[in-house]
Amino acid sequence: MRFTKKDILDIESLEPREISMILDTAQGMKEISERPVKKVPTLRGKTIVLFFQEPSTRTKLSFDTAAKRLSADSISISKSSSSIVKGETLIDTAKNLEAMKPDVIVLRHPSSGAPHLIAKRVNASVINAGDGIHAHPSQALLDMMSVREKKGKIEGLNISIIGDIAHSRVARSDITGFSKMGANVCICAPETMIPMGVENLGCSVSPNMETCIEGADVIMMLRIQKERQDNILFPTEREYATLFGLNKARLNLAKKDVIVMHPGPMNRGVEISSDVADSDSSMILEQVTNGVALRMALFYLVAGGSRHADSD
Amino acid sequence: MRIRIKGARILDPGNIDDNKDIIVKDHLIEAIVDPIFDRKENGTSSDIETIDATGMIVVPGLIDIHVHLREPGQEYKETIETGLMAAARGGFTAVCSMPNTNPVNDNSQVTKFIINRANELGLSKVYPTGAITQGSMGNTLAEIYDMQQAGIVAVTDDGKPLENSNLMRRALEYCKGFNIPVFVHAEELSIADGGSMNEGFFATFWGIKGIPNAAESIMVVRDIALSELTGASVHFCHISTKESVEAIRQAKKRGVKVTCETAPHYFTLTDEDVKDYNTNFKMNPPLRSEEDRQAVIQGLVDGTIDLIASDHAPHSVVEKDVEFDRAAFGIVGLETSLSLSLKLVHDGFLTMAELVNKMAKHPAKIIGIQNDVKPGNIADLTIIDPEDTYEIDPETFKSKSKNTPFSGLKVKGRPFLTMVNGKVVYSK
Repeated sequence: MRFTKKDILDIESLEPREISMILDTAQGMKEISERPVKKVPTLRGKTIVLFFQEPSTRTKLSFDTAAKRLSADSISISKSSSSIVKGETLIDTAKNLEAMKPDVIVLRHPSSGAPHLIAKRVNASVINAGDGIHAHPSQALLDMMSVREKKGKIEGLNISIIGDIAHSRVARSDITGFSKMGANVCICAPETMIPMGVENLGCSVSPNMETCIEGADVIMMLRIQKERQDNILFPTEREYATLFGLNKARLNLAKKDVIVMHPGPMNRGVEISSDVADSDSSMILEQVTNGVALRMALFYLVAGGSRHADSD
Repeated sequence: MRIRIKGARILDPGNIDDNKDIIVKDHLIEAIVDPIFDRKENGTSSDIETIDATGMIVVPGLIDIHVHLREPGQEYKETIETGLMAAARGGFTAVCSMPNTNPVNDNSQVTKFIINRANELGLSKVYPTGAITQGSMGNTLAEIYDMQQAGIVAVTDDGKPLENSNLMRRALEYCKGFNIPVFVHAEELSIADGGSMNEGFFATFWGIKGIPNAAESIMVVRDIALSELTGASVHFCHISTKESVEAIRQAKKRGVKVTCETAPHYFTLTDEDVKDYNTNFKMNPPLRSEEDRQAVIQGLVDGTIDLIASDHAPHSVVEKDVEFDRAAFGIVGLETSLSLSLKLVHDGFLTMAELVNKMAKHPAKIIGIQNDVKPGNIADLTIIDPEDTYEIDPETFKSKSKNTPFSGLKVKGRPFLTMVNGKVVYSK
């Protein structure tokens, strides 16, 4: 089978077989990072632009590392160094980038739908590295990769996602992705962080954390975004940790072989206690390792020649 | 010079519904006469021009009381001229211009500029609305009496709610003294919280911050209370939610002096239609749920919603070809309003007479003008072709802006001819 998508914009637009193909490809890529010489010539001569309009350390570094391990030339522009600060529109910036003939544009942007807006107007493949509160497909895919690697499958697993669902693009993409692949997804958060109609994305909503993680195969903790909330969504971090923090006692409610995930960066002592974060159940650093392989797979699939240039 | 409009059904609810011919002389309706079947009866009439309106419906000139003409200040989006050409093409003989121009129409100088410009053009008429507060900033009252002398027919801070309830109370009391209606853009900004579309599953799905129904209905309920307190009339603009419709229904039952309008998009589309971050589906209030859409239709049917106004809000690609949450709210409506509203008649929700009330008679009443089809009255007339089926094509718009969600939609019925002061300003 060929991968025919020009862009990776969100999980909704990927078929389950495409998700499986991405995960398979990523699994194959993982070994490259274990070699003494961590570089293959696969994307030599390809240009990848990392266009990040929001702060990011891990995601940007992960995409950049992935590009370099495939021998692509990666160029970074950020908000402060781009003409956006001079008042240029996103479409104009994208068209100017396009004029320099990149093969892939990786975009992170604070507005939901920004990658969709430029994908229609450029020939380069667009990979969404996080748009507003909408989607973060590469994160969800690396999460699925990590779960599948550890559990051997995704179908039938109980996945609990705890935290600020309303403002989390990771949550939206994970809910959609895991439920698409046949897992049972349960979410839990203060009512203020549950967006309207979220159960229609393919998850159930638990009234309390204990119910949500009972019998879980995977617990995914979301970061409390301190910069986003001004004590209107919950009163204090202390009270939040009491009700929705993952600690050892709560972890015992899950299955014995439960794995704990977190997209990072963590607030230790708030959504996750240090002993859980550092426990054997934690897959948090493995997620980061897999992130590079997964992003290599995305670059390979959209720019590596398996896709027909005229298929879109 | 006379014009004879022949062969049409004349429909002016409460006044006439009959197959008659209308004779227009200069700017007035001279006579309404029995149809002539024999050309010879025309007599010597080389000075009479005939408009064959067989199969058409002649109605009092349609009035859209909620239109953003953008001039002065944002002529790249629309000018008074292009806006009035769009009005004429849409079958409207008159519009009310909203005051959120630059500068804001908060003083008689701007009012006079708008009226003079419209008079020079000789297209559809403009009845300007003025700002309630200076600069529509919500702090101090504008010179409402002075603007009224210059020609405004209502006041509104449209686009911005008057957040200060005490100031709103005083504005209502002050306007009551001059018998000038207050148009309310009902929105509680703290709960709207910078949202871009209706709060609900679709906002969740697209990751777009939602605006709950309560953002509208909280203010509707407040201003009903203030109308009761002051005895002043309040007119609610662009009602979009079932809660607002119900609140206004109950207020009317109690005899509170409230009226309201809705726009065609609120009875045509829902938040499910907002797709792929298409900013032509972004307006304020936002497209609501199917339940709300049904409630709006029901409100039109039972008379809770008095009239239809388009909230014509032209924007250029500069405001629209951007990220959804950064795009300007609003869509153009003048050239689609009648066709979309006629669907309510074709679907059996309204009779043609009821639609004429909602698009011509009730708007006239709200702004205190009279547009009856009667001999001696000004010949402001709209001729409707109720059967013509076509596809909406923004490229054919006279409006400078093309920001419509209805591109490609197949509709039935459209304006055939628009006459203002006895002069044909649009003919299909």
